[in-house]
Amino acid sequence: MSEQVRFVQGNEACVEAALYAGLGFFAGYPITPSTEIAELLALKLPQRGGKFIQMEDEISSMCAIIGASLAGGKAMTATSGPGFSLMQEALGYAIMTEIPCVIVNVQRGGPSTGLPTHVAQGDVNQTRWGVHGDHSIIVLTASSAQDVFAMTVEAFNLAETYRTPVILLFDEVVAHTRERLLVPEPGVLPLVERLTTSVPENVNYHPYLPREDGRLPMSDFGGIHRYNVTGLFHDMWGFPTEDPKTVHELLRHLVDKIENRTHIIAHYQTYHVEDAEFLIISYGCSARSARQLVEDRRLRGDRIGLLELQTLWPFPAHIVQQLSAGKKAVIVAEMNTGQVTASVKAAADDPDRVFLANRLDGQFITHYDIRNVLRLVQGKGV
Amino acid sequence: MAVRDYLRERFFPHIWCPGCGHGVVLNSLLRTVEELGFTKNQIAVVSGIGCSSRISGYVDFHTLHTLHGRALAFATGLKLQKPDLRVIVPMGDGDALAIGGNHFLHAARRNIDLTAIVMNNRTYGMTGGQYSPLSGVGTAATTAPYGNIDPGFDTVRLAAAAGATFVARTTTYHVQQLVKILGEAIQHQGFSVVEVLSQCPTYFGRKNKAGSAVDMMRQFKDQTTPVGSEAKQGNPALIERGVFVREQRPEYCAAYDEVVRRAQGGR
Repeated sequence: MSEQVRFVQGNEACVEAALYAGLGFFAGYPITPSTEIAELLALKLPQRGGKFIQMEDEISSMCAIIGASLAGGKAMTATSGPGFSLMQEALGYAIMTEIPCVIVNVQRGGPSTGLPTHVAQGDVNQTRWGVHGDHSIIVLTASSAQDVFAMTVEAFNLAETYRTPVILLFDEVVAHTRERLLVPEPGVLPLVERLTTSVPENVNYHPYLPREDGRLPMSDFGGIHRYNVTGLFHDMWGFPTEDPKTVHELLRHLVDKIENRTHIIAHYQTYHVEDAEFLIISYGCSARSARQLVEDRRLRGDRIGLLELQTLWPFPAHIVQQLSAGKKAVIVAEMNTGQVTASVKAAADDPDRVFLANRLDGQFITHYDIRNVLRLVQGKGV
Repeated sequence: MAVRDYLRERFFPHIWCPGCGHGVVLNSLLRTVEELGFTKNQIAVVSGIGCSSRISGYVDFHTLHTLHGRALAFATGLKLQKPDLRVIVPMGDGDALAIGGNHFLHAARRNIDLTAIVMNNRTYGMTGGQYSPLSGVGTAATTAPYGNIDPGFDTVRLAAAAGATFVARTTTYHVQQLVKILGEAIQHQGFSVVEVLSQCPTYFGRKNKAGSAVDMMRQFKDQTTPVGSEAKQGNPALIERGVFVREQRPEYCAAYDEVVRRAQGGR
């Protein structure tokens, strides 16, 4: 048997995928519902000669993975709401200094301590704008262990390709649901390795001088090239500058390198959208219930389809616009007060026909919850 | 190599005020590296935010200018990933012991092989002279217009209690001792802490009527005494300088190598 069949939690699928992608360094702090990721990596990373460290908090965890990644290791941390809040400053540092890393946020109920052991999807906008200052960010999500695996590998690939932090925004249900996972053979999923500079030793290396294609080849920090890295606006040497032209160009570069590639970064799944009159848009655990609803209603002859988003940021507005065009109604199913709904309304030709189906009580949204909204939209009784 | 060969002169002039003690620390650090015979590629300098933390930009080593208070956390990740690097972490007093206090304690507890230099000028210079956890009761600061009521930390006792295996203190006046102590600290296997009393004539000095930079350095001379000296018994207000802790305990990166060995079945 070439492939390995496993029965795992989403959190374990994330760990298997991170190792598949070549994870070499993990720093983290215990927090529900992400802790299994740290526990499993504490077990498995040293077996491969990788580094695991439990830090004193989430702030230092985020800082440690940045330090390790800069020195050449593929690095990751995993946390949940309160810990993710603590990571924001260092996340901004990784964005500014263009240091690849992967941050897993397994969402739980918030704000504050909230509902540590229950499910929610309330961190969508925090992943986009939790960091102060203008910036861009890549955020991926998944609804099954198999997709958690695929998106985790993709997160490492995107982090290395664009020299940026990538956030994996999972939720408690996906993280803790045990289901079948097929671990692909090595080499089946393509891996992006770090682009390293060809500048030889004793020749000036400019850490922030883009190649013609816009990419910035790296040199392992502490290796053959000496350079400066700072969270201040910086020039091609990595040295602080307040020069208006340099500042403008760096900020544009940080935003454009991601926003201009929205069409490449957009991952999504569609179910029965071709002839659909009604479109459900969902993601993460909510998409499981949405898919159940679509399968149920199709059996009854309802022309209903599902767009499951796997890239949340940069928001795939072009896909949403295209698939929502001409629909009688679009229903966004999510476990918050309408964070993705707002982006869908902004992308759709007719925002008045976009509706929200949600739950805010820590209980998993069911296909009945979404069906009730669908029936109201259809003018039928609940 | 001459000391200036370790400098990135194209980034000069530096940002420090006339009379600032941080330049003395920079000079001493470079002389130490020169004396120890390290190549530039063997040294990484990881700093946080503040006047002191700008030191990283001026030295021709691998330099990482990070976030306020978090230099030791970044340095921990770096060191664990690349244990062969000599990692030096210069910090200010607020950087190291206010916002970064928790990381300071835990780096000491782990005994990870980093050299922490606490450049203690008893104030937040970059933001204009607010009180720090090392200012001490009764000092004046822009945020203590009626006198500071916050008791200060004793950096040496704090570091020792937290588990640092090399702990020393000196001043910008005692440059020979500073070079000697920095040399020992950098070569020490484990977490080393060097507190350097450094003068800020612009803010701390002016607010506290401490006089010029030269006056403040003279106070370092007059108000300190070698560790264990008789003078301290006669005048308990004197600040001791020298090496307070020098001990061996398993270093974190080496201990982690043992974890890897166990995980791989003792192979």
